[in-house]
Amino acid sequence: MTALTEREPPRASAAAPASLEVRSYGDRLFKLLLTIGAVSVPVLLGFLVFELWQGARLAIAKFGLGFATSSVWDPVTEEFGAFPLIFGTLVSSLIALVIAVPLSLGVAIYLTEFAPKSVRQPVAFLISLLAAIPSVVYGLWGIFVLIPLLRHSVFPLLRSGLGFLPLFHGPIYGPSMLAAGIILAIMVMPYVMSVSREVLMAVPNTQREASLALGATRWEAVITTVVPYARSGIIGAVILGLGRALGETMAVTMLIGNRHEIASSLFAPGYTMAAAIANEFSEAVGDMHLSALAYVAFLLFLVTVIVNAGARLLIWRVARGSGAGSKAL
Amino acid sequence: MNRRLLRRGFSNVMVGLMVGAVIVALLPLFFILVNLLLKGAGSLSLDFFTKTPAPAGEHGGGVVHAIIGTLLIVGVASLIGLPIGIAAGIYCAEYPTSRITWVTRFVADVMNGTPSIVVGVFAWTWIVAKQKHFSAFAGSAALAMLMVPMVLRTSEEMIKLVPNSLREAALALGYPRWRTSLSIVVRTTLPGIVTGSLLAVARIAGETAPLLFTALGSQYLSFNLNQPMAALPLTVFTYATGPYEEWHQNAWAAALVLILVVFILSIGARLAIRRRFDLNG
Repeated sequence: MTALTEREPPRASAAAPASLEVRSYGDRLFKLLLTIGAVSVPVLLGFLVFELWQGARLAIAKFGLGFATSSVWDPVTEEFGAFPLIFGTLVSSLIALVIAVPLSLGVAIYLTEFAPKSVRQPVAFLISLLAAIPSVVYGLWGIFVLIPLLRHSVFPLLRSGLGFLPLFHGPIYGPSMLAAGIILAIMVMPYVMSVSREVLMAVPNTQREASLALGATRWEAVITTVVPYARSGIIGAVILGLGRALGETMAVTMLIGNRHEIASSLFAPGYTMAAAIANEFSEAVGDMHLSALAYVAFLLFLVTVIVNAGARLLIWRVARGSGAGSKAL
Repeated sequence: MNRRLLRRGFSNVMVGLMVGAVIVALLPLFFILVNLLLKGAGSLSLDFFTKTPAPAGEHGGGVVHAIIGTLLIVGVASLIGLPIGIAAGIYCAEYPTSRITWVTRFVADVMNGTPSIVVGVFAWTWIVAKQKHFSAFAGSAALAMLMVPMVLRTSEEMIKLVPNSLREAALALGYPRWRTSLSIVVRTTLPGIVTGSLLAVARIAGETAPLLFTALGSQYLSFNLNQPMAALPLTVFTYATGPYEEWHQNAWAAALVLILVVFILSIGARLAIRRRFDLNG
């Protein structure tokens, strides 16, 4: 009895694909299910755009493009203009970037270039926890901890030091454009940090070695070779942070003071597009009011899409194909 | 010689500044967590987890309605969002050259950057406006929509890590394509897919904006998905912006519960994966 005679003849399996083409019934069904899943994603987005446009139709027909430049917001006479909202959205996001970008880049450069190995993971992990805290918790903390702190110590200091600038002038309330900007800075920092870090890690080591070999100090090596090499990716990370800040809702709603006005002082209350939708949507009664808010949402959507697409393109230029930044989006 | 010392000194000063940036960046995290524990822990009692809210301005009462509400709303959202996201993720990983993959990936990135409040408006025009009443289900639909791109991207990344030799081995043994995908590829990456799903659940559990005008919130315990329903983040918002001291205390306690849930989910998910894949998200 040899093993040879006992061995089964090789089965000519009809189901074995000659190539990776779809052959059997099971394959077809499986691929169909997967395809339905994959196709439903673009379909959903198309549906979202369509529904937003439907909701905003009334307001688009009545106000057109002048909606973005008018400053009237009056549900009684059904006159709506979003300029103060757009202004507030941009200003609060800019404040956030001014504070968050230097900090995030400092942390990102330190972690990739200087930090001892034992420090890297824990610090990156702790900062990523900041991204896991829900917006509404930031708002709660902002109302009861941050705003009292700002009102009693930080804002008066700023006013006595920089009061000659219109930015830091006038009465101090607490809820204000500046308070919203500061909370936004804390919230977008983890995103800017983690994407910059991914981009910096994608810089080839030869760049650093060459620079050090020519006698640069470690800092000079980083600032003259590593950072320029990753420049477009870092700009992408910053723009990604901007995209986050523009759409942030709850924390801003709770801290910005919610007033449809434009003030020169950062101590004055303001409003953002997202905050206006959050505050007024469930209480809006007139169709035109609802439609105006949907119009605001539509504009906000367009802006964030443009901003994020730009950021992605910039990041891809440095870290092509590594999927850098897609986790942070 | 002197110049060299200066340059080296400057380098060290910059490193010092960066260490300072790390400390400043970690301060808010520390402060937020300490405040949550100090102000929230005192209000956590058995009543807090088992009773519905007391009348406005009175002591006692709890948030059981919001805990149940969040579980229901997030659960239904996961039932809708996870299968779609995972299926699309497997598709993108298994058919990387297809045009559908390219479009789906791009759209998922766009959706990931979309503000959640915009998705809330979408759920309102799509469901609430047509039904003429607020409902928990509309909230779930909005959250599901937020989940799909997150789950898609993480599961795709995970499946891409499976070496092609495994696939080829299975196909060479005469496995049909679908069995290869399911029993070889998906099984090896299951922990990764579970992690991605948990992270997505953690991220939507704290979402407030899309629920504001869909699930709306309520003061009562309810299991009816076709009616307004409470949720923990909504409760934090209402209590934090309300006029009563008791509400503020309950807001801190509810926020502490919320953050514990979110942190346990996301840290647990990361630890589970740390051993298999080097992924620090």
